Amino acid sequence: MIKFEDVSRIYEGQTRAALANVTLDIDKGEFVFLVGGSGSGKSTFLKLILREFRPSAGRIYVAGKNVATLPERKIPALRREIGMVSQDFRLLPGKTVFENVAFALQVIGKPRSHIKRVVPDTLELVGLSDKGDRRPDELSGGEQQRVAVARAFVNRPKILLADEPTGNLDPETSVGIMKLLDRINKAEATVVMATHDWAMVDQMRKRVVELENGHVVRDQARGIYGARA
Amino acid sequence: MRHALSETLSGLKRNGGMTFAVIVTMWVSLSLFGLGLIAAQQVTLLKGAWYDRIEISVFLCTKDTRGENCTPGQDVTVEQRDQIEAAIKSNPEVDAVFRESKEEAYEQFRETYAGSALEDSLTVDQMQESFRVKLKDPQQYSGLVSQVQTMPGVQAVQDLHQFLDPIFQWLTALQWGTIGLSILLLVAAALQISNTIRMATFTRGREIGIMRLVGASNFYIMVPFLLESLVAALIGAVLASGTLAFSVWFVIMENAQPLLQGFRWVGWPETGISMAAVVLVAIVLSVIPTMVSARRYLRV
Repeated sequence: MIKFEDVSRIYEGQTRAALANVTLDIDKGEFVFLVGGSGSGKSTFLKLILREFRPSAGRIYVAGKNVATLPERKIPALRREIGMVSQDFRLLPGKTVFENVAFALQVIGKPRSHIKRVVPDTLELVGLSDKGDRRPDELSGGEQQRVAVARAFVNRPKILLADEPTGNLDPETSVGIMKLLDRINKAEATVVMATHDWAMVDQMRKRVVELENGHVVRDQARGIYGARA
Repeated sequence: MRHALSETLSGLKRNGGMTFAVIVTMWVSLSLFGLGLIAAQQVTLLKGAWYDRIEISVFLCTKDTRGENCTPGQDVTVEQRDQIEAAIKSNPEVDAVFRESKEEAYEQFRETYAGSALEDSLTVDQMQESFRVKLKDPQQYSGLVSQVQTMPGVQAVQDLHQFLDPIFQWLTALQWGTIGLSILLLVAAALQISNTIRMATFTRGREIGIMRLVGASNFYIMVPFLLESLVAALIGAVLASGTLAFSVWFVIMENAQPLLQGFRWVGWPETGISMAAVVLVAIVLSVIPTMVSARRYLRV
């Protein structure tokens, strides 16, 4: 589903690579934790999948397409197959929960009948059926993140990326979000989650890829956060 | 589409001040531009069909005209006319000669006074035949003038440019002055639009970020901006068209035309052409800066 072949990324004006010679294969339906300290290259990894920029070298295949050579006009189509959740939720404060989730479908031109059918289903999936008409500032942090997950998943993407999704949440709420991502993973989406949350990683026992200074230093099938194999 | 329209509306509201500025700048600049175009058309009308081809007109005698070389009560004879033509043609300064017959002069007259009371005041027979002469060097007119001035059958020799050129110089200055000023103002309007979009991309940064993240097409993201500047520009164009219509009606139809009936003046057809040009320029000048700045600030 996601395949990195000898991928490097050097940011403009910098000599050190944010990502260096990364080769990695993530299969369909996998759940992968991306761990490592700040500046280890986790965000760069996710942004490359989303094609926010091109790699400086190497090939990246996402859902069969070589993202490195993808022409700009095809980027929207690529992103419709990927859902993205970030640490800071990024909800639109003027819109209700329902509208925030519906927004993701509206702007890619989905018909209203489709939106009316799919959004309630998705809100139910994230456990917010009864809060569709609330505004984001009336929700707790965990609930806001659920809205963000709903928005990322409402178009049923094949891939869900999460960049520190529990970074702003207390441990208990984080577990809820984690379970939600797990459920989405079981609904056949490939999930890649960058995180600092070692307790969560240890508890879930999923595949762990550790980055350090842009290099993959560990890739464990059922890993924990800290230890090196 | 619903989304695009509602976004356009809320965008117009949000950027009310800037939109107002764009409308006013567009209005003033397009009015000036349109006036320049009308002035250009006025020049063309005044010059008529002959002007660019002639420097000197040699008018021939008719029964009704008086002149030192005319026989009272008689038209120029064919013989006299041939002699005059031969004299003109043999002059080394002459580049080309056109003969305007009475019928052609009549047509020209009726065209000039179309719609006026004078239109039907003359008959074909009362019109004056003439030779229209183009010189190799417009400055060297005195030789020819003195040569034909005294020939029998010549009623008058007129150097048109001498008295029309100053008028045209003023009109041309007006034309280029207004068009030049309007170009400056239109550049300002284009920059305003580009600035409005830059600001809008900041105020709507999160929305745009989400749209890009979920895979909205560039065109979809751009449409509200495009419509927003298009609406502002078209309002400016409509106001400018009104200004043009009012100016032509007030300055020309109400004042200049009754005062100076001997000239052909611009009317509604010419105003219409200018309005169409104004609308076209408004569309181009709102769409292009929008596309350019959207490409710059809304990068994927």
